[in-house]
Amino acid sequence: MCLAVPGKIVEVRESSGVRMATIDFGGIRREACLEYVPEAGEGDYVMVHVGFAISRVDADEAARTLELLREMDQLAEAGPEEPGGPDEVP
Amino acid sequence: MPNDFTLSCPPPFTPRKTVVLGHGSGGKLSAQLIREIFLPAFDNPWLRKLDDQAVISIDGGRIAFTTDAFVVTPLFFPGGDIGELAVNGTVNDLAMSGARPVCLSAAFILEEGFPLEDLARVTQSMARAAAAAGVAIATGDTKVVNKGSADRMFVTTAGIGVVPEGVEISASNARPGDRVLLSGTIGDHGMAVMSRREGLEFDGAILSDTAPLDRLVEAMLAAGEIHALRDPTRGGLGTSLCEMAAASKVGVEIDARLIPVREEVRAACELLGLDPLFVANEGKLVSFVRAEDAGAVLAAMRQRPEGREAAIIGEAVAAHPGMVLMKTEIGGTRVVDLPFGEQLPRIC
Amino acid sequence: MKYLDEYRDAGLAGKLAEQIRRTATRPAALMEICGGQTHSIVKYGLDELLPREVELVHGPGCPVCVTPLEMLDRAHAIARRPEVIFCSFGDMLRVPGSRGDLFQIKAEGGDVRVVYSPLDCLKLARAHPDRQVVFFAVGFETTAPANAMAVWQARAQGLANFSVLVSHVLVPPAITGILESPNNRVQAFLGPGHVCAVMGWREYEPLAARYRVPVVITGFEPVDLLEGILMAVRQLAQGRAEVENQYARAVTREGNPEAQRRMFQVFETCDRAWRGIGVIPESGYRLRPEFQEFDAGRRFEVESIRPEEPEACISGLVLQGVKKPHDCPAFAKECTPQTPLGATMVSAEGACAAYYNYGRHLVRHAE
Repeated sequence: MCLAVPGKIVEVRESSGVRMATIDFGGIRREACLEYVPEAGEGDYVMVHVGFAISRVDADEAARTLELLREMDQLAEAGPEEPGGPDEVP
Repeated sequence: MPNDFTLSCPPPFTPRKTVVLGHGSGGKLSAQLIREIFLPAFDNPWLRKLDDQAVISIDGGRIAFTTDAFVVTPLFFPGGDIGELAVNGTVNDLAMSGARPVCLSAAFILEEGFPLEDLARVTQSMARAAAAAGVAIATGDTKVVNKGSADRMFVTTAGIGVVPEGVEISASNARPGDRVLLSGTIGDHGMAVMSRREGLEFDGAILSDTAPLDRLVEAMLAAGEIHALRDPTRGGLGTSLCEMAAASKVGVEIDARLIPVREEVRAACELLGLDPLFVANEGKLVSFVRAEDAGAVLAAMRQRPEGREAAIIGEAVAAHPGMVLMKTEIGGTRVVDLPFGEQLPRIC
Repeated sequence: MKYLDEYRDAGLAGKLAEQIRRTATRPAALMEICGGQTHSIVKYGLDELLPREVELVHGPGCPVCVTPLEMLDRAHAIARRPEVIFCSFGDMLRVPGSRGDLFQIKAEGGDVRVVYSPLDCLKLARAHPDRQVVFFAVGFETTAPANAMAVWQARAQGLANFSVLVSHVLVPPAITGILESPNNRVQAFLGPGHVCAVMGWREYEPLAARYRVPVVITGFEPVDLLEGILMAVRQLAQGRAEVENQYARAVTREGNPEAQRRMFQVFETCDRAWRGIGVIPESGYRLRPEFQEFDAGRRFEVESIRPEEPEACISGLVLQGVKKPHDCPAFAKECTPQTPLGATMVSAEGACAAYYNYGRHLVRHAE
């Protein structure tokens, strides 16, 4: 029940007392409610669930964990080749 | 804590006694309707093939014959309208047998109160589409129903075409070893229409891909041996592949990474929890081609604007007949199965 | 899409799987709580990348699956009323009650509409002042703030023709239930990332400590899930039982205070029946007394419903992670998404449906 999708806040506005925003999801745009992420503003990424931003994506945290994963990636590079890589269909 | 783990379960689902929307979705419920109601009543060798058209021999020649009904909300959507859809859809059903489309019929069911201006707009769009595909709308009919008895306008078409000598194409002709060729990106039409549907609207540059495919098929036929063709309309690519695998009794193995999906379509599908594999297309085809010819056919497809993004996405195999397997983006494997009915936005 | 594509990287996934293989030297049963995680695991064929030692057990985190039959029947009775526009998330339309599903009611003339957001229901209520707009407010903690806001706004805007049928469920009591069960064999949990985006993970700390069970708050993309599995397996190997956060880009320990504040203004906890499991104390939300005018259950007199639940399938055991979908003799035979015998086959997030749609080849291999 918890489909939440990351999108970028492109425009913030008030609509009958509620903080709303246009969110860009990879080229398509939809409205979402920002009431629960007062700290988020234009340019920030938020996780959107049923039309509500439920958390601001922490860009530093995301970069840091990916970096860690990639380092692990290099460490593991020395190991034997594993299945799971791209396997072209002829 | 829960001390009474009553292992209860919902009651078995009683078979439906009335028509529900899923019966028109192109998925399992549609197949059930055909299997249980239409086929037993009309049974004949043409219908039994369950192709999108019947190929009928008359005086030594072969005629492809098809019919299609169009109900779409909204009537006008980004990239097209119901009129263009009706002409291209019928032309494509003919083309999927390798036929050269010749002429169409068009019947209109109009709801009382429908603006004549909109009717004129749809009609002109049909005329343009017919001219582009090189077919004539040779005959037609009009009926008007009481307000509330139809949703503005429905269009029903029929079409005939001529199948060239030596061409033997059917969804049941795929063979192990055949390569699976897809003519371009998937999901564009379905998501374009969805983007204008009440309650689900979103903005974005997603246009319907509605287009006639007869010339693309002509180019493919000239380049190699085509065994099976389908235009993956409602139900999407996944449904067409399942149907072709079942009809041909072959297994199909495709690779998710080789299937082109436009970025916006992918994003819209993420947002609504839909799978692009099961989203409708109106200007794409999927084809099973003899392995030796796949390269030449692919090159021929890419020469044409409607096949510019064509790709080889997999192959037919002798193993697991009737089942479609897909290698996932991260190298796992999943089954691609017929959706049971209408694909619902998996919002939650 | 940013923050999605990076986490679907085949190279990273392969290397994570390799790390899991090196770490998991003993058999380990891990439960992913959330149905969205189950969906991803089967959709991407993640099971296949894992070593034999690691077994994924699918949890009860599908609100569609756990909504009790009685609540469904109540919803369906309301949806049949001519003055009602019944709004639901798409997932609930196909779930059978005692007499058909919402599709059936729509086919019989009921005004049933799929909404993307609960706020869409308020728009409908304003556009149709002569009708009663009822929203079926189901979901876990992730969805509760959105549903709470709809009720809050309805009161602020004086929308008298809007009400909600609340069937909210909560994750921690369900985990406790699983851990307390004598059948339990789950050794570690992948915590529900989006539930925790709202609630934080503090409430999982006492669970981890009391039951000596690792909990790793985990995201939904393949790389997220594999990293979460690796973290859980590592804890097991090192004999730790802590709450760790794999999903740090979206989840903090405190969660979302604004969302929690609004939720608790509108909802309070209550006992709740879970389909296939039974009543779990303090495991759901209901409207607070001051919002009861928006309770559709009160607004519409629905005859007392006592549905009978025949014992046909094993969905209760599947929901608890005791059995796998293909352990059921009816799986993919009498029971398919088209003819579901149990709720876990109905919802796309249900473990049985996910297995049926994406993982049947594994079942064949297993046979």
